[in-house]
Amino acid sequence: MSVTQMPLEQPTAAQAPLVAKPRRKLKERLWLVALQILITVLSVTFLVPTLWMISSSLKVSTEVFAHPIVWIPRDPHWANYVTAFTGHLPLASFIWNTVKIVVFAVLGTLLSSSLVAYSFARIDWPGKNFWFGLLLGTMMLPDIVTLVPRFILFRTIGWYDTFYPLIVPYWGAVMALYVFLIRQFFMGIPGELEDAAYIDGASRLRTLTQILMPLSKPVMATVAVFALLQHYNDFLNPLIYLKTMDKFPLAVGVKMFNDFEVQHWEIVFAVSTIMLAPILVLFVFAQRFFVQGITMTGFGGR
Amino acid sequence: MTVLQSAGRLLTGGGPRRDWLTGYLFASPFILGFLIFIAYPMLHSAWLIMFEWDPLREPEFAGFSNILKMLEDPKVNKSLFNSFFYTVIAVPVQLCISFTLALALSQPLWFRDYYRAAFYLPIIVPLVASAVVWQRVFHPEFGILNEALGWFGVDPIRWLFEPQLAKPAFIFMSFWAIGRQMVIFIAGLGNIPESLKEAASLDGANAFGRLRTVVLPLMTPLIFYNMVIATVNSFQTFIPAMIMTEGGPSDATLFVVLNIYRNAFQYGRMGYASTLAWELFLIIVGFTIMQFVISRRWVYYEEGDN
Repeated sequence: MSVTQMPLEQPTAAQAPLVAKPRRKLKERLWLVALQILITVLSVTFLVPTLWMISSSLKVSTEVFAHPIVWIPRDPHWANYVTAFTGHLPLASFIWNTVKIVVFAVLGTLLSSSLVAYSFARIDWPGKNFWFGLLLGTMMLPDIVTLVPRFILFRTIGWYDTFYPLIVPYWGAVMALYVFLIRQFFMGIPGELEDAAYIDGASRLRTLTQILMPLSKPVMATVAVFALLQHYNDFLNPLIYLKTMDKFPLAVGVKMFNDFEVQHWEIVFAVSTIMLAPILVLFVFAQRFFVQGITMTGFGGR
Repeated sequence: MTVLQSAGRLLTGGGPRRDWLTGYLFASPFILGFLIFIAYPMLHSAWLIMFEWDPLREPEFAGFSNILKMLEDPKVNKSLFNSFFYTVIAVPVQLCISFTLALALSQPLWFRDYYRAAFYLPIIVPLVASAVVWQRVFHPEFGILNEALGWFGVDPIRWLFEPQLAKPAFIFMSFWAIGRQMVIFIAGLGNIPESLKEAASLDGANAFGRLRTVVLPLMTPLIFYNMVIATVNSFQTFIPAMIMTEGGPSDATLFVVLNIYRNAFQYGRMGYASTLAWELFLIIVGFTIMQFVISRRWVYYEEGDN
């Protein structure tokens, strides 16, 4: 598992230019100009699919299917968004379901991962190394192996077509990566603070919630952002556990729109844009944690 | 929570550092979660290999018939071929693109933050939304890819409707989402000590020489790391195939996970699906071990690292 730990030592940003010399030769400067132009074109190309999605969500039907392509709608047709909500697919329910699932799953992830991380970082208990090894071992385990029996398990206990299979497992700290990240962070916090608290009569749970967790905001935020993206984007689990359309989250809802609104690309684009919007806002405000998380773990983003 | 609170109260007054009960209590979410949601399902799924099970009926003992069937099932072979083809071509090219981009964005350019955000943006687009959009990007008549190719006089191509072109289209789409790898490479490049590069320059190395003798060797651990992650992820491609092509045309995008999903939840063959899932698991493990073994030949670890 050393491979997963490795990037932990990498600082986040790369500010140092690869070629840093006080005076640049002409040849080198020409080369940089060429590179600048190339990268500009390429970066715009990378943006095009997303921008096309957003602009098409504001087109009228005839503009979507026009030749040559209409890149910017002449008159933004905001009514598409209204239509998306008032059509026969329950978009508002999709959104509300997503909120419920994501909030409870992320909350469970944060609480359970912190507790478990604390036991690995601060308490000396027999069997600790064994369980920590197991935890690391599950990190690379593909979900797909346990998909069928988990489905059978949840159906047997009557959780089919409920949100429980999408929430409850995450209260069991099954995401080893998050536990590991939080543990690493706890290990870096000096124990003296807690010793002082113990002398004052604080319990372990209190030192965790009132000393360690507040000091661990960066890693908590990173884990929260990742867990949020994971559950927001989760498609396979809701697809197999939910049957009633009114219970679908947005990820499955977008597929519903894609399947049922075949003639109305602008509506499908509008719903996709609605799904992207909160993540985009989150990204603008929490960009640091996205990048931090990726350089720490190599995972995440979606 | 009440159990934990009472455990906390027991300890008030500064408990001993070595502590059986508290240790297990704090670790209990993982211990229970592991036993219930990971260990038990894994054992159960291994046991299911021996059974024929339509969830509407009782499981029937099937011996090794699932394994024998798997070995000669044309759909299974097709899905394995598809996933291998996709992974083996997509991953190396992804690594080349993301590494080159990271190198470029480490040069003293203007607007580096903007570029980084632009290349990173595709990663935050939810996979379902990006699948829905790319399905239309590839549309023969109204898609922007054919429109752009048309500017260069290329006739419309039926990307997702041609068995020979569907997988290449998927591979092309995967290049759009290399932001994560790029971010990791950029961080790594920023970590390379200036002194090493200067030393190489003093030895007469030009930019390309520095790249080959200093930068690339120091980056091999991250290249390896990105490669392992990308391989594992590529083998499990599901959402685009499910949304854009439903495995078609002529099973050209029937990837392994989609085939497992169909067997389990559309054809009701739980035992067979478990068998296929184990096969995929063993392939991924095998591939990863192989990569680690080969990595000893080309990945450079500094002395005293780890």
